[in-house]
Amino acid sequence: MTVISPARARAVRAPRDVPAARHAARRHEGLTALWMAGPAVALLILFIVVPVILAFVLAFTNARLISPRPATFVGLHNFANLFSDPVFWASLRNTFYFAIVVVPIQAGLALVLALLVNAKVRGTNFFRTVYFVPVVTSMVVVSLLWRFLYQKDGLLNALISAVHPSYAPIDWLNDPRTAMPAIIVMSIWQAVGFHMIIWLSGLQTIPAELYEAGDLDGAVGWKRFRYITWPSLLATRTFILITITIAALSLFTQISVMTQGGPLDSTTTVVYMAVRTGYQQLATGYASAISLVFFVLVLIVSGVQRFLTREKD
Amino acid sequence: MSTVVENPPRAGRSAHRRRTGWLVQTGRILLALLFAGPLLFLFVSSLKPDLQIFADLRSWRAFVPLGHVSFANYSAVFARVPFARFLMNSIGISVVTVMLGLLVNSLAAFALARLQWRGKQLVLTGIIATLILPFETLALPLVWWVNKLPWLTMNGFHLQLTTGWLDTYQVQIIPFVANAFSVYLFYQYFTSIPKELDEAARMDGAGWFRIYRNVVMPLSGPAIATVAILTFLPAWNSYLWPLMVVQSEELRPVMLGIQYFFQLNVSWGQVMAYASMITLPVLALFLAFQKAFIGSIASSGVKG
Repeated sequence: MTVISPARARAVRAPRDVPAARHAARRHEGLTALWMAGPAVALLILFIVVPVILAFVLAFTNARLISPRPATFVGLHNFANLFSDPVFWASLRNTFYFAIVVVPIQAGLALVLALLVNAKVRGTNFFRTVYFVPVVTSMVVVSLLWRFLYQKDGLLNALISAVHPSYAPIDWLNDPRTAMPAIIVMSIWQAVGFHMIIWLSGLQTIPAELYEAGDLDGAVGWKRFRYITWPSLLATRTFILITITIAALSLFTQISVMTQGGPLDSTTTVVYMAVRTGYQQLATGYASAISLVFFVLVLIVSGVQRFLTREKD
Repeated sequence: MSTVVENPPRAGRSAHRRRTGWLVQTGRILLALLFAGPLLFLFVSSLKPDLQIFADLRSWRAFVPLGHVSFANYSAVFARVPFARFLMNSIGISVVTVMLGLLVNSLAAFALARLQWRGKQLVLTGIIATLILPFETLALPLVWWVNKLPWLTMNGFHLQLTTGWLDTYQVQIIPFVANAFSVYLFYQYFTSIPKELDEAARMDGAGWFRIYRNVVMPLSGPAIATVAILTFLPAWNSYLWPLMVVQSEELRPVMLGIQYFFQLNVSWGQVMAYASMITLPVLALFLAFQKAFIGSIASSGVKG
């Protein structure tokens, strides 16, 4: 018979006990994580994941927002309607027109502004604030204000004819040729300050030693920008490209406040069309089909952008 | 982040530099006029009667408050729309969204950044994946969906289950509380706080929630400010969503108020006054907390 001393018993039991305690602690940690992450995850599922799934499901039904009859499956009917609707093609064209013009100009102008305010010169803070003010002004207010600026008897025409007396006033927002360019100018004016700040934070992460080394090699002016600044901004560039593109493809508020898609559907966009059919005509199924097409569009465009701007080895 | 990379001085190029410096300064001033001009025009015009707004357009007078300057447009706005009600709605909706958002998103980020649990990586990836979806793609199915959701209301002393969130306050708040980007920003920030602090607190017998509340959150001021600002701005400015889900006048936020000014004859003076009234509160906040605003935008782009 072997007598186990208490000390030895502890020594034997301890290794078994510690995993048990650890296990309990792990369990407790898991439960804590569950209640902490649970609310956010549940809300994201409820208000993002479910609507995405619904977009896929409803797009194949004739669901209406308020309807006594339950929705029924209609197959590809909505898509067939959509692809044979000239307004859809016009809105697709307008959306791309807007994005293709806005993305490079806004990104480029934002970089110019960032370079202009990235120096310790007197008043830099002031200029940065002024360029940023339109960003904190809501797009609704900006659109209202510019609607007045663009009126036939508005500020822009008045200013032009003050310096150019023989000028025949243009009704900017009521002419299919000028309506979209007018909205483009205004949209860039409102949002460019946002991306100026993003460029600026990218510029400020470039180590000063890089510039000093470049100085010794004679990299000044344009060369300095081309060989030091630009390559250092790769991550910032990708981020700016993708965020401006997604925002541009989602064009809605400006259209809703300024032109309601007119004149002659020259400013209708995909999102504006989806809202008009879904909200004003209550055709949820049809609107979901438009949303789905839009969603696929955004996915393809940002996928292509990610591919083109990927870091090359 | 606040350190500014200064152009190292170079000898022998001072004349050239002075010339560029002068050019840059002129460019900056012209751009400042371009950005400030329209807003200045907005505030100045809100103080003028319609006739004078149009009469002043052709000269510099459009940008200065001269002539028949008064608050008449503002009193007309108060007579035309229940502005105080709209303002309280907007403030209430924005503040509640920000508060709930700070709590819910920081808790989730804490669990993701500081705790060990199964499926963590999957949840983090899933949350980040939702970032590519613009709200506009979800808005229409979401309207249909919130119209089916249940809600508990107090009817006298009885709790009552109702269906459909359309035309309520909660429909303007709850869908925007959880935000993948806010979780991500908190997560980024929390992972930069040393984990030894948690262990030390555990030794002292602190539970995980205590660590969250007394250790991690007090160190996360900048992240809290960033998330608060990035939640507040879209909540205050939201237009598409309330346009679709709110009918009753007493539930409307300020942005929907503009619709009142385009019925019948448009008075641009009143439009400008209303636009000023809904812009000035945010502008004042921005000017007071400039550093935090600009810092929050800057940090939103760092890691892309």
